[in-house]
Amino acid sequence: MNILEVKNLTKQFGGLTATSNINMNVEKNSITAVIGPNGAGKTTFFNMITAVYKPTSGDILLNGKSLIGLKPHQVSHFGITRTFQNIRLFNDMTVLENVMVGMHQNLKAHWVGTLLQLPHIRKMEEAAKVDAYDILKYVGLEDYVNENAGNLAYGAQRRLEIGRAMAAKPKILLLDEPAAGMNPKETERLTNLIYDLRSKLNVTIILIEHDMKLVMKISDFIYVLDHGELIASGKPDEIRNNTRVIEAYLGKGAVAND
Amino acid sequence: MTTLSALFEKLAQSKKNQIILFVAYVVLTGAGLFLLPDSTIAFLLLLFSILILYYLNVNLRAKWITGIVILAAIVPFIASHSDSYQTYMEVGTLVGIYCAMALGLNIVVGFAGLLDLGFIAFFAVGAYSYAIFASGQASKFMPFGHYPLPGDTFWLFIIVGAIVAAIFGILLGVPVLRVRGDYLAIVTLGFGEIIRILLNNMDHPINITNGSMGIASIAPPNFFGISIGSSSQFYYIAFGIFLVVIYVVRKLENSKLGRSWKAVRDNEIAAQAMGIPLVKTKLAAFAIGASFSGMMGVIFAAKQMFVDATSFTYLESTMVLVMVILGGMGSVPGVILGAAVVIILRTQVLTNISNWLSTMSSNYGISIPPALSPEKMQLLIFGLLLIIFALYRTQGLIPHKNRKVDVELLKKESAEAARAREKATSGGAKS
Ligand SMILES: Nc1ncnc2c1ncn2[C@@H]1O[C@H](COP(=O)(O)OP(=O)(O)OP(=O)(O)O)[C@@H](O)[C@H]1O
Ligand SMILES: [Mg+2]
Repeated sequence: MNILEVKNLTKQFGGLTATSNINMNVEKNSITAVIGPNGAGKTTFFNMITAVYKPTSGDILLNGKSLIGLKPHQVSHFGITRTFQNIRLFNDMTVLENVMVGMHQNLKAHWVGTLLQLPHIRKMEEAAKVDAYDILKYVGLEDYVNENAGNLAYGAQRRLEIGRAMAAKPKILLLDEPAAGMNPKETERLTNLIYDLRSKLNVTIILIEHDMKLVMKISDFIYVLDHGELIASGKPDEIRNNTRVIEAYLGKGAVAND
Repeated sequence: MTTLSALFEKLAQSKKNQIILFVAYVVLTGAGLFLLPDSTIAFLLLLFSILILYYLNVNLRAKWITGIVILAAIVPFIASHSDSYQTYMEVGTLVGIYCAMALGLNIVVGFAGLLDLGFIAFFAVGAYSYAIFASGQASKFMPFGHYPLPGDTFWLFIIVGAIVAAIFGILLGVPVLRVRGDYLAIVTLGFGEIIRILLNNMDHPINITNGSMGIASIAPPNFFGISIGSSSQFYYIAFGIFLVVIYVVRKLENSKLGRSWKAVRDNEIAAQAMGIPLVKTKLAAFAIGASFSGMMGVIFAAKQMFVDATSFTYLESTMVLVMVILGGMGSVPGVILGAAVVIILRTQVLTNISNWLSTMSSNYGISIPPALSPEKMQLLIFGLLLIIFALYRTQGLIPHKNRKVDVELLKKESAEAARAREKATSGGAKS
């Protein structure tokens, strides 16, 4: 079953067509990769799904319902969260608070209730802290609970972004270059984390990534963008051997390596 | 030198010594004020004990109780022996009023990261809402009712002032939310001026605010038949509301709403991606921040018994912002200290220096041009202070610190929760 369907999605910035007529079907509980050279329109594509940009034309359907016209926070409420290519943490808040912000939509605490110190709200806040701590354990940041997010090392910041997105309990998680700047060991850890997310938490994952080893290993399906156009789609093996993809992106070396 | 630092270290470790020294300080400065009742310095030294109290290594509840006892009982009692009693209490009232206002602005600027240069407008709105109805002014345009309303309604008007100011906060927020940073600052500055000019000119075609004449003979508050007119009485009202405001701010700061504010401040796009509605969150900051200001406006009007637009100039907005920046943006204790420092500088220190300079000039024939008097130069003085802080202490007097959670406790609770889950699933499997 397709959880997400994208139809003829186009985005123009003035004269520049960042994406043009993209069609995509994402199966529930799958790992889908979106790859392509720099400036291909991958991040723009994510920005349209999460309503940061309004598409020039086309449609995005989540379980058959259109997301066009929603505000970014509403898309999040429908179950789509993301991480960012250029990390966007809440730098002056603690690591734990960052994750708790991720839980925002699952906490039903009205501020009036907070002021009255209603017992159920206090209990909920306590439980939220414990949940946030569990998520930090999950992404390996349990030793940095009280640290300001801005003080974390790069790899840790990427993991915190994933943890924060997980806290929202999304149906679909969009990861924009999660392995960028990570060393091989960190990348391997990330790979396991992504597998885990899919199998244990039933999250559908779409990721943008330049690390081809990682992409080929974990993706069920791959879409290739170039100059805003979808030039190929298929299983990892099909993409690896697609001459157009090799020319546009992977380079001749990729074939030789294999 | 080394012995001195060793002494301090020892002090920091020993709770008992700290408490003894603190009590000694309070007794000493209290006695000082008792013996030298007209010495502003003795009064300020006694107030300074609150700051020491803040840094003491004792539990929070004990600090609160001690602080309240000092401010509500010890200070007024000792000061009541002085000829300057009403002056002292007037300063205390002003500190309370401005602390609450600065805490309100701190929500907007410090928590939500929205620069507001017209914050005094909400204070004005609160002040006028009481002034109009607690004087004969309302009868000039209201088709029904008898005015002035009696002083008993003051208590109700504290809430009315908060609500009216909150509504104005939202009115300001709606158009302003499209702009950011410097542009936001300029628009809010304009808003502040518009409110002031409106209040100054709304005497025709319908006379609502009595224009530049201002509104006089505002009814004093009535507390179970006692008419409240003196500064020493207003001091307690301001202090009480100030306590309520601190409670609200502390609770909000670490709530879902408080986290949303800070998230929006740190990164708008990420905040939205986490499901935080931008408009609602910013409007809540404007409205709640403004409501503190509105409440204090009501007290101000009742205390002065007269309002006109000159009390709500751009300079006053700047002063509140200076309190927040000087104290430490986002830091609740910092902002309180900032407000106290600015008010005391303005009302006590600068005027004292002025007096001293004028006696100097009359006694010794040194002529100091009036333009150089500290009172006239307060803009320059606060400007310099801001520059110094921007260069050397950007975080303010008491920098903001995020609340730390007890990790060991979390670890324990997390393990407990895991055990409970396991039990539930194994139990479910059996049945
Ligand atoms: N807000 C914007 N305004 C104008 N042009 C934009 C905007 N955002 C993206 N673009 C342009 O759209 C094109 C696609 O950019 P995009 O960021 O989607 O590429 P990408 O595939 O994510 O590249 P990379 O691998 O470098 O992250 C680029 O030419 C970029 O300059
Ligand atoms: Mg990109």
